[in-house]
Amino acid sequence: MSFGITMTGFVALYVFMLAAFAGWVIIGNVPAILHTPLMSGSNFVHGIVVVGGLFALFNASTHLEQAIGFFAVLLGAGNAAGGYAVTDRMLAMFKRSDAEPKRAHHHARVHHLKKG
Amino acid sequence: MLALVSQFVIGAADLGAAFLFMFGLKRMSSPATAPSGIRVAGLGMIAAVLASFLYLFTVDAAARPHMLVNIGLAVTALLIGGVGAWLVGRKVAMTAMPQMVAIYNGMGGGAAGAIAAVELFGGHTQGATQMVVTLLGGLIGAVSLSGSVIAWAKLDGVIKKPLRVNGQQFANAAVMVATLAVAGVIVASSLGVGGLWLTTPTWIWIFFACAVVFGILMTLPIGGADMPVVISIYNAFTGLAVGLEGFVLQNPALMIAGMVVGAAGLLLTVIMAKAMNRSIANVLFTNFGAVAKAKPGAIEGSERPTEASDAAIKMRYASSVIIVPGYGLAAAHAQQKLYEFVKLLLAAKVSVKFAIHPVAGRMPGQMDVLLAEAGVPYDMIFQLEDINDDFATTDVALVIGANDVVNPAARSDKSSPIFGMPILNADKAKQVYVVKRGQGKGYSGIVNALFYSPNCNMVYGDAQAVLVKMIEAVRGLGRAAA
Repeated sequence: MSFGITMTGFVALYVFMLAAFAGWVIIGNVPAILHTPLMSGSNFVHGIVVVGGLFALFNASTHLEQAIGFFAVLLGAGNAAGGYAVTDRMLAMFKRSDAEPKRAHHHARVHHLKKG
Repeated sequence: MLALVSQFVIGAADLGAAFLFMFGLKRMSSPATAPSGIRVAGLGMIAAVLASFLYLFTVDAAARPHMLVNIGLAVTALLIGGVGAWLVGRKVAMTAMPQMVAIYNGMGGGAAGAIAAVELFGGHTQGATQMVVTLLGGLIGAVSLSGSVIAWAKLDGVIKKPLRVNGQQFANAAVMVATLAVAGVIVASSLGVGGLWLTTPTWIWIFFACAVVFGILMTLPIGGADMPVVISIYNAFTGLAVGLEGFVLQNPALMIAGMVVGAAGLLLTVIMAKAMNRSIANVLFTNFGAVAKAKPGAIEGSERPTEASDAAIKMRYASSVIIVPGYGLAAAHAQQKLYEFVKLLLAAKVSVKFAIHPVAGRMPGQMDVLLAEAGVPYDMIFQLEDINDDFATTDVALVIGANDVVNPAARSDKSSPIFGMPILNADKAKQVYVVKRGQGKGYSGIVNALFYSPNCNMVYGDAQAVLVKMIEAVRGLGRAAA
C-alpha cells in the first residue's frame, strides 16, 4: 500500500483543465470593486509554491542545489506571507455605509469572524 | 511505516489546502464575506507548509547526510522571507499596493524558477516530458520574476520613463528564440546527444540568464497606464509556472492552486484589455505613447480655469454629484481629503456617488481600495456599466486625476487612438470640473475634448491642495450662515 501520488500524462491534463475552469468561474463572479484584493489574494494562493521549494531543498544533495533551494523557499515564503498581509489589510477596509448601526444584526456575524 | 504515514499526512494536508484555497477565493466574491475568505485560504497554507516538513521522512538517500543542514536552511529561509515580507506588507502605504502585488508575484515566479533549477541541476527529472515541463515552468517563472521586478521599479518610481529603442521587438524576439534554442539543447543533452560545446550545467545557467533578460526587455517599454494589464499577466504567468512545477514534483496542490491562479490572472488580463479596447498583444508589443503623439490637437477653443472654492460652492448647492477618481488621486495621496470633502457634501444633503473606470489607476480595482481606505462605504462606489447612464441626470461631475477614461473622443473620433474604448460619460453632466496638475497632456498624450467643452471648467493644482481649498470653502459657507 502506498499514499504516494503518481500523475502522468492525461491525468495531469485533466487536473489542469478542471482547475483552470474552476479558477475562471470562481474569479468571474468577483465584482470589479474587489479586483485588487482578488489579485493579491490569488497572488497569495500561488505562494503554495513554498511547499515545492521545501521539497526541493530537503532533497538537495549538493551545495548548488542547497543554495537554489534556499532561494526558492525564501522567495516562496515571501510570496505567501506578503500576499496574505496585504490582502487581509485591504479586505478589512471595505465597509457598507450602514455598517455601524446594523452591526448588532446580520453584520454581527462578519464582525465576529473578523475578531476570530 | 514512517514514510507511509508521512505520505498520507502530506497528501491529506495538501488536499485540504487546495480545497480551502478555492473555497476562500469563492468567498471573495462579496465584500461582506471576503475577509473570512483570505483567512480560510491562510489556514490551508499553514497546514500545507507544516505538513511539508514530513517530506524529511521520504528524502532521497543522497540527500540524507545533508538533512540537518537542509532543515536549518529551510527554517532560516521561511523566517527571513516570511517575516520580512509580512512586516513590509503590514505597514506599506495603500497607494503603494500595485508595486507590492507586483513584487510578491515576482517572488512566486522566482520560487517556481528556482525549483525548476534545482530539478535540472540535480538531474531529478525523469524522461523528456518532465524535462520539457520543467524547462517551460522555469522559463515562465524566471520571466515573471524579472518582469515583475521591472514592473515594481516602474510603479515605485525607480524607473521613471518607459525605455524604448528602435528594433526592440526584434531584440526581444531574438532573446526568446535563443532561450528556446538553449532549452532544446538541454533536452537533447538529457537524451544523450553529444558534441554540445558546453556542459549541461553551463547550458542551464545560460537558459535562466536568457529567460531573465527576456522578462526585463519585455517589460521595460511598457508605459504606466498599461500596468493593470502587465500586473494581471504576470500574475497569470506565475500561476502557470507554479502549476507546471507542481506537475514535475507530482504535487496536485501546486498544480491546482497554480492553474486556478493562472486562469484568474488570464481572466483579469482579458477584462483589463477589453476596458482599453486593445488586444493583449497590442499592450505588450506596441509602443502606445509613440503612436498617439502623432495626432495634433484639432479641437477649437480653450480650457477655462476656475477657482477651487467656486467649484466647491457649486457642488455644495447641487443636488447630485458624481466623482471620477483616477491615478492622479493616488499619486497625490488625496483619498482621505476627498472623502472629507464628500462628507461635507453629504451633510448638506447632496447625493454623491463615485464612478470607477476598470483601468483607473495602476492595477485592476486600485481606486476601489484607496476609497475604501479613506472610509468610503462600498455602496457609494459604482462601476462603469452601473453608473454611466446617471451622468446625464447629474448636476456636477468632478473628475480628479483622470484623463483618457473620460475622453469623449473614444466615443466619436474614429481617428483617435483610444476610439472604441469604453469611457465614463462625465461630459454628459450639466457641469464638469476637472482637477488636474497642469495644462499638460495625460499619459497617452491624447488631447481630451472634454476639457474644451462648454460645460467644463478646469481646476489646476495638486489634488490634495485643491481638495483642502474645497473643504475650506464649504466650511466657510457654514460659518457664514451661522
